[in-house]
Amino acid sequence: MTVVQGIGVSAGIAFGAVVRVGRAVRPPDNEPAADDAEPRIREAFESVASDLEARVALVEDTAASILTATAMLARDPSLIDGAIARAASGAGPATAIDGATREFMDQFAALGGYFAERATDLRDVGDRAIAAVMGAPAPGVPALEEPCILVAHDLAPAETATLDRTKVLGIITEAGGRTSHTAILAAQMAIPAVVKLPEASELADGRIVMIDGDAGAVHLDPSPATVTEHRERGARRARALEHATGPGSTLDGKQVKLLANIGGVDDAVAAGAADVEGVGLFRTEFVFLSSPTAPTVDDQAEIYRQVFEPFEGRRVVVRTLDAGADKPLAFADLGAEENPALGRRGLRLSAERPDLLDAQLEALSVAAGQTGADVWVMAPMVADAQEAAWFARRVRENGLPTVGVMIEIPAAALRAGHVMAEVDFGSLGTNDLAQYTMAADRMQGELAELLDPWQPAVLDVVASAAEGAGRNGKPMGVCGESAGDPLMALVLAGLGCSSLSMAPSRVAMVRFALSRHTFAQCVRLAHLARSARTPADARAAVLAECAPDLAAIL
Amino acid sequence: MSTRTVAIGSSVGLHARPAALFVKAAGDAGLPVTIAKEGGSPVPANSMIAIMALGAKHGDRVTLAAEGEGAEEVLDSLAELLERDLDAEPAS
Repeated sequence: MTVVQGIGVSAGIAFGAVVRVGRAVRPPDNEPAADDAEPRIREAFESVASDLEARVALVEDTAASILTATAMLARDPSLIDGAIARAASGAGPATAIDGATREFMDQFAALGGYFAERATDLRDVGDRAIAAVMGAPAPGVPALEEPCILVAHDLAPAETATLDRTKVLGIITEAGGRTSHTAILAAQMAIPAVVKLPEASELADGRIVMIDGDAGAVHLDPSPATVTEHRERGARRARALEHATGPGSTLDGKQVKLLANIGGVDDAVAAGAADVEGVGLFRTEFVFLSSPTAPTVDDQAEIYRQVFEPFEGRRVVVRTLDAGADKPLAFADLGAEENPALGRRGLRLSAERPDLLDAQLEALSVAAGQTGADVWVMAPMVADAQEAAWFARRVRENGLPTVGVMIEIPAAALRAGHVMAEVDFGSLGTNDLAQYTMAADRMQGELAELLDPWQPAVLDVVASAAEGAGRNGKPMGVCGESAGDPLMALVLAGLGCSSLSMAPSRVAMVRFALSRHTFAQCVRLAHLARSARTPADARAAVLAECAPDLAAIL
Repeated sequence: MSTRTVAIGSSVGLHARPAALFVKAAGDAGLPVTIAKEGGSPVPANSMIAIMALGAKHGDRVTLAAEGEGAEEVLDSLAELLERDLDAEPAS
């Protein structure tokens, strides 16, 4: 039996046989023109429209209106005439349909917003018509006879909305992310789902798999015993987490704030509605990366306002622009670098282009004033106390009272005593901290073991940062992925971290883990982990000594 | 060729439900009708895609055109439809 890892986006255990969602067929290269192209193109669109309309009667209201609207696109004279005109000037029938579809998709995409979303519906219609004209099976979800696990590259909105809940036990996709359409709808429909699973393309029809939506794992050909075990554990977990709500704290009442990591307005709205105490990491790159020119203060302020709005009375920690040679900005490209991870990135780019930082800080200040959120601002890639002081002055000059630094360079962690004296708070970025401590590139899949957050050396560096913050009476949090691991969360709390920021889906488990241990127990677990010789030993030691009711649901 | 020039009355502009209602009415008209934004080229009024790609917002002025028997009546009723706030009206 093999277990493969994706991202769990909808909790629960599902077990069954794979049914693959048909992938779109592409028009053949150099497809020859056809004399009968016009009638074939008309027939193809008509069969797509009537097929969609036939399904309308079988589904619920929302799904029916999505299908009706999609069928209307398949009957659209502009699309059909556009395809026929392309065929008349020599394109093959499938190529003509593809060309006409793309032409309108581009127009929709250029209009943005609502229209850009409709481009996906148009793509769906185009793909169906291409398959029809080529005599290939229709892309999308086939008619489902038996309950099954759906496996797709990605699901179109119309497909996800029209899924038959009684037939779809679980969903696996190769693409997508935590906030993709599939993720949101699957969670709403309470169908266990794992997205971004690279192995999804290798799962054939009929393969028996088990989805663990909490862990983001997919078990291939699991034994009946494994399935039973996971089902029982899933039920235990659901029972345990049912009452795990509210602010985070240890069994003896030491507070550890539970915060969300977000990367955009959609994330903010979702996290704002969740049981979290605020945002521990708001990545602002999306504001800049898609833009051909530097976004204006007004444009930025409007986006930040939308992000802050759901968090009235709660904390939102903003990380200022974190770009570098590996994700260059169109308007601030400093050129290629041999080692982007060690180059002019994060705060170093801001030092080179202080105008970008000042505009961002001004926009954050405006948005903070318009909302009731408690806005904290921190810089990425801070190496020493001088850089921390330079950043802190700029932030305070912009009227933002609470300033901090990311601790992701070991130098800043080792000298935290001086670095933390310059600012109000620190936040450990454990992914980069591991990369720089172990000298192992995060982009190198083969080095994953060195990047294990349980590496005792990484824990030593974390301990040094937390100790330096403690000596200054300043809070030190964690916003890397390790904060979302319930066992690691106990260690981090024991090392003195006072907030943990993670994907919102991880919060309930971490909250439960903290609530089952006293602070003294966390300190002891941290000591055990740091005393271990290897990452595996460190985790095993903590697992062996943690509360049995936590171990039972991991 | 008869024409009518009106401002879009729907607060959301000519897309979503208002566009669907307009496209349906134009399709039922029985003769070809075109619609153009000021300074733009005319597109078929019975095409949802063309109407959406037009991107007409609330207050934008558009010109309807048609030719043949009954064109005047058809244009009158379509123009009247465009001037209403179709999004504010309850779905039937």
